[in-house]
Amino acid sequence: MGGATVAKLIAQRIALGVLLLLAVSVLIFAGTQILPGDVAQSILGQAATPQALENLRRELGLNDPAYIRYFRWLFGILQGDLGTALSNKRDIATALSGRLANTLFLAACAAVVSVPLAILLGLLAVRYRNGIIDKAISGFALASTSLPEFFIGYLLILVFAVKLQWFPASSTVYDSMSFLQRLQAVVLPATALTLVVLAHMMRMTRAAVLNVMQSAYIETAELKGLSPLKIIRRHAFPNAIAPIINVVMLNLAFLVVGVVVVEVIFVYPGMGQYLVDHVSKRDVPVVQAVGLIFAAVYITLNMVADIAALLANPRLRHPK
Amino acid sequence: MSELDFLSRRVMTGRLSRRDFLGRAAALGVSAAFANTMLSTAAQAQSPVRGGILRAGLQGGESTNSLDPALNLSQVPFNFCKQWGEFLFRLTRDGGLENRIAEDAGPSSDAKTWTMKIRQGVEFHNGKTVTAEDVAATIERHADKNSNSGAFGILGNVDTIKASGNEVVITLKEPDAEFNYLLADYHLLIQPNGGKDNPTSGISAGPYKVTVDEPGIRYGGERFENFWDKEHMGFADQVEIIVMNDPTARMAALQSGQVHFINRVEPKIVDLVKRLPGVSIENVSGKGYYPINMFCDTPPFDNKDLRMALKLAVDREQMLQTILRGYGTVGNDFPVNKAYPLFPEGIEQRVFDPEKAAEFYKKSGHSGSILLRTSDVAFPGAIDAAQLFQQSAAKCGITIEVRREPGDGYWSEVWNKQPFCLSYWGGRATQNQMYTTGYTSNADWNDTRFKNPQMDQMVVASRGELDEEKRKGIYRDMAVLMRDEGGLIVPFFNDFMDAVATNKVGGYNKHVAGELMDGYSLAECWATA
Repeated sequence: MGGATVAKLIAQRIALGVLLLLAVSVLIFAGTQILPGDVAQSILGQAATPQALENLRRELGLNDPAYIRYFRWLFGILQGDLGTALSNKRDIATALSGRLANTLFLAACAAVVSVPLAILLGLLAVRYRNGIIDKAISGFALASTSLPEFFIGYLLILVFAVKLQWFPASSTVYDSMSFLQRLQAVVLPATALTLVVLAHMMRMTRAAVLNVMQSAYIETAELKGLSPLKIIRRHAFPNAIAPIINVVMLNLAFLVVGVVVVEVIFVYPGMGQYLVDHVSKRDVPVVQAVGLIFAAVYITLNMVADIAALLANPRLRHPK
Repeated sequence: MSELDFLSRRVMTGRLSRRDFLGRAAALGVSAAFANTMLSTAAQAQSPVRGGILRAGLQGGESTNSLDPALNLSQVPFNFCKQWGEFLFRLTRDGGLENRIAEDAGPSSDAKTWTMKIRQGVEFHNGKTVTAEDVAATIERHADKNSNSGAFGILGNVDTIKASGNEVVITLKEPDAEFNYLLADYHLLIQPNGGKDNPTSGISAGPYKVTVDEPGIRYGGERFENFWDKEHMGFADQVEIIVMNDPTARMAALQSGQVHFINRVEPKIVDLVKRLPGVSIENVSGKGYYPINMFCDTPPFDNKDLRMALKLAVDREQMLQTILRGYGTVGNDFPVNKAYPLFPEGIEQRVFDPEKAAEFYKKSGHSGSILLRTSDVAFPGAIDAAQLFQQSAAKCGITIEVRREPGDGYWSEVWNKQPFCLSYWGGRATQNQMYTTGYTSNADWNDTRFKNPQMDQMVVASRGELDEEKRKGIYRDMAVLMRDEGGLIVPFFNDFMDAVATNKVGGYNKHVAGELMDGYSLAECWATA
């Protein structure tokens, strides 16, 4: 009975997610239509003659009405065809897959370090709350978040690339690189990203666990004579997991969709730079494809957070 | 002795004359014979070394770039195409032309027919020999009325193109005595069958074969062993361009030894970079300028006195020092500078003159504020430049209102649409081409709406004039007319600033036509360490 309810809830979430994605696709398409300027002009730049502009416009099929282009686009995507970039006539899916892999790799590296670290620091802060360790952890995390990411990035480059020369200053990665070489290339940007997202997750963990720590059953556990760390691990943390998962997912989404500044500073070939380049060239098919992927990542991660929160909540798992 | 070493290197890089060197050596108590020996040692150290890899970290590459040379626009495609492409002609450091694939070329006596002899034995990367047909097809593709090539505009004068034997004959609609300069344009690299079959193949006859083509990320080339001009180019085994659009990232990559060259060093950090060991800053006065455009046919700028008042109200020297930290030269309200062949010398430099400006302003009868549009995409510092102009104009009693426009869409919505705005112009090969492109009545980009029959007539006359002295005279008259009547304010021409890791690179020798030795630094330098 309980299993069926959970399955139903999850199915609802997924259906909602798909519906949301469809709505987003309409928004993205509409948004790209009202961008000022024109693809042909942007491709040819300042040095374009009216004749050359007209030729290019006709070649790109920019003269069809918008709704026809929307459905053509949507059906293409459903069949796995993201189309061809207007500006350099490359297959978008091919170009994107490499970029997406790079972005996910960097995000994964940052996440592997930052998520456990943030939760661990958060729990430590709770264990030694209001003491010097708590203050030091919070102070460090807040300071690293308050500094803009480009500043942290430049600082890391200055110290570890220019002065010590331990890591390369630019993190360009390419296909022929081995896994270890890639790892070495992304150390600095992953560190910068870790510092950026650390505080949010750490503070949320701390607040959520502290909230639970006020409960009567924690007091019972204390009176039972359990050690403080065990109380946090066994009793407080599992009950605080839902808000923590939420904030972790939000930060993971940020690591995928919001890192364009770090990409530029470290010359990392990820999705952000790819999107910005194509926005400025009015390369609408690419902007639409990237926008849709970003939206999908965001919606999926939030959906996972929802479902995980559902599963983590005994009251939802075992309804009366 | 280290000072002598230093001086002898300076002679080699062209910064100290031989005579000065001998004089300085004598002052240091060294005999002339010994000093001469030192010089030849330094010269040997300057002879090319084969092997290794040269890398450049460059601004101006996007993931939207294509290998199709017709679509070349920003700096990375510009630099990379010089590594794999071969051209008919190439600009030289003294403003002349070097024959490349065109072994010989000349106009008919009416300058309407140009005949080019194609160099024999030049090979494409795919093993095919470069023929007159390939050359003709290349020009045809870019000049075609359905073409979207960036060179379409400059080839508008082409009437017919014919290949016969090893000659290509081009007839023009109007005479043009400097047509060969247009063919040195960086879009016009020679491709098999003109690139008609496969424009993005990346095959030409340049010193490097394309091995890596990842737009917006990096490009790579390996030496083409059958390159026809191996003595002068293609010393490194491999060349690589890494796209680095962030100025600090470029600088860090150069400092940490990841790259040998970077472009577009920001004026504000030049003084800091100069202190770094093993790095030299090379400023090249290109032909690019940062104009303030006024539409000569739109009120209030249709009033010649108002235009003159605004021209006199610009404090050029202050702008040059503030915006470019002095790395540039002041402009004189016509679109050419000394980087052009046949530059008209001796035209009086216009300076900031509040009294005269106020006088002209009064004469114009205009009142109220004037709206000036600007954006940082016009050029770095364009917002500051507009504000400086606002302040200097205020001293002349002219009120300018500065509006900051969004950078996104500036070139399509503001430039060439609004009557008073800041802009950027890259140079053209010849003075004639510069005026033809922007300042004749029927020019494609007449962004000052300057429609002057006298100018049109002089542009045509100079184009057909085979006598250089006479052509220079016409150019001078054009410059004066533009300066006094035009809608163009040229506060300054900007320098390009490259930084080179001189401790690891030999053979750097700056070129007047553009950054990084006109794009040839990777092909013509060599790795020394």
